[in-house]
Amino acid sequence: MNKKVSSLLFEIKEGLIISLRAIAANKGRSALTTLGIVIGIWAVVTMSTALKGIDIAFQNGVSSLGSDNLYIDKWAWFNPDTPWWELRNRRNISMDDYYRYKELAKLPIATAPSTFTRKTVKFRDNIVESMFITATTSDYIKTTNLDFSDGRFFTDMESKGGRNVIVLGSAIAEQLFPFGGAVGNYVDVGGRKMKVVGVLQKQGSWVMGDFNPDNQGYIPIEFLFKNFASRRKSITINVRAPNSQMVEAVKEEAIGVMRRVRGLTYNEKNDFSINQQEGILSQINKTVSVIQIGGFFITGLSLFVGAIGIMNIMFVSVKERTREIGIRKAIGAKKRTILGQFISEASIICLFGGLIGLVFAVITGMIINQWLPTSIQFDAVVLAILISLATGIISGFAPAYQASKLDPVDALRYE
Amino acid sequence: MENIISIEHIARIYQVGLEEVHALADVSLKINRNDYVAIMGPSGSGKSTLMNIIGCLDTPSRGIYMFENENVSQMNDNQLAEIRNRKIGFVFQTFNLLPRSTALHNVELPLIYAGLPKSVRLERAYEALEKVGLADRVDHKPNELSGGQRQRVAIARALVTQPSIILADEPTGNLDSKTGNDIMALFEELHETGNTIILVTHEEEIAQHAQRIIRLRDGLIESNEIVKERTLVGNNE
Repeated sequence: MNKKVSSLLFEIKEGLIISLRAIAANKGRSALTTLGIVIGIWAVVTMSTALKGIDIAFQNGVSSLGSDNLYIDKWAWFNPDTPWWELRNRRNISMDDYYRYKELAKLPIATAPSTFTRKTVKFRDNIVESMFITATTSDYIKTTNLDFSDGRFFTDMESKGGRNVIVLGSAIAEQLFPFGGAVGNYVDVGGRKMKVVGVLQKQGSWVMGDFNPDNQGYIPIEFLFKNFASRRKSITINVRAPNSQMVEAVKEEAIGVMRRVRGLTYNEKNDFSINQQEGILSQINKTVSVIQIGGFFITGLSLFVGAIGIMNIMFVSVKERTREIGIRKAIGAKKRTILGQFISEASIICLFGGLIGLVFAVITGMIINQWLPTSIQFDAVVLAILISLATGIISGFAPAYQASKLDPVDALRYE
Repeated sequence: MENIISIEHIARIYQVGLEEVHALADVSLKINRNDYVAIMGPSGSGKSTLMNIIGCLDTPSRGIYMFENENVSQMNDNQLAEIRNRKIGFVFQTFNLLPRSTALHNVELPLIYAGLPKSVRLERAYEALEKVGLADRVDHKPNELSGGQRQRVAIARALVTQPSIILADEPTGNLDSKTGNDIMALFEELHETGNTIILVTHEEEIAQHAQRIIRLRDGLIESNEIVKERTLVGNNE
């Protein structure tokens, strides 16, 4: 038994050495063959890194909104159970509704009304066209995880008084004030002068688009009603639960309180919706998994093409080395020796290619890292190595089997 | 004298389309240790087929082939590979060396398949190359060697496993007559040191170096006679 194992190890070792010699003897061809796998592994690892990055970016983007938040709204954001016309016919949620909810709800740690508008914002020659503006109260900041790089959020006084103050997202601030110094200056917002009181810290999540705090401005909701919009405009009530375990309780309470606020009888349906980030997350996860499937399919194809390339070249190699195989068989190589030789040749080429591809992928990953929060995962590295080995074995098998079956008499006669 | 090869009534039949081709019809022969036998015959006589069977590259369709009391005609591919590896040393007309490997590696190769450790392999490969006079060419690749030197490497490879027989197929066919003569002298020397040599050739002059000539025609043995006046290269010098 022991002897068998050691002779098997011997055979594997010598087989690998023979394969390495053969690869070294055909450097040009081996290098070209490797290229297919280099590109394949490069594509697969880079894609998985990028996808991981997109996923993280989405998650970060969503959690920057605050993961324990509820949004009471006239509209259902996702998968509405009610038809859109019914949603449209709902009564607007008014500021009065908000104040009464705030008074009655005991569980939330913070609540704030909010609504949105778009205005072009200017500072001297710098213009941001139709900036996304969140109009809210001073409590809003407590419902989020936002931090400031400079200044502050507007105060309770400013909020209630509808003062002309504005807080800018980092990207907006950079566009209007490329050299900094935003806080204290007045910007033109849709024709009104507004004082910048704070600049938010960069969130860096590009995924959320307009909803990304980086690309927004924040103004007191009373200012909005005085200058830009009717007081009858429907608002969203932002509600923050104390922690994620409490979210469900806060939601139950919100339904009860809102029904009272809206004066609904027991047989009337809710004329409001409680929206959650889970809705956003599940939507995002759907999107991400579609991207993932698509991405892996496409990069998988490139690896597949690489594998076919290897198989093709191994077939050519077997044909070209028919005589060599004949010689080896004549002097005592067994079928499995030849089989092993060609499979390990293909595997070594693939493994080598996989490692090179991995190096490229690491470099690419570093470049991608400038835009996406990502790094190459250890499991991706292990997987890439295993995949390239498996590719070698699978694509090497058919040619190797063909080689092992060659009749030595015919093979020796082959010109 | 100890018998190595005993062939009894073997035939080799190929199926070509619907037709059966009898490459060997009915052949019986015996070869003893330290024999020097030449197998002769025109093309189509079955000479190559017989050589392939003797060399365990092929098996007979009928009849019994005993190699050192083992029935080769019943063996599978792996067992045949093992017999070829341990007991038969091939020398081919076209040398059949691995073109991209050094002389040393070419000679070492059968020992790898025999499963010997590297130190033993290298020692024996050097020894074999020394025996054929190529101790100073071990690191050369076949294309850096002359035809005669390549054939010497091939002979070293055949010798290195200390086989029971050396089977040479037209070993001088690709060499000029001077070099061919040197090779025949080497075979003579190997024979004198106890090796068993089977020489397949169609050249009468080459066959005359052997002790015995087996002539084939149409798949049958036409004659099997002792050579009365052997050409001995060593004596000519």
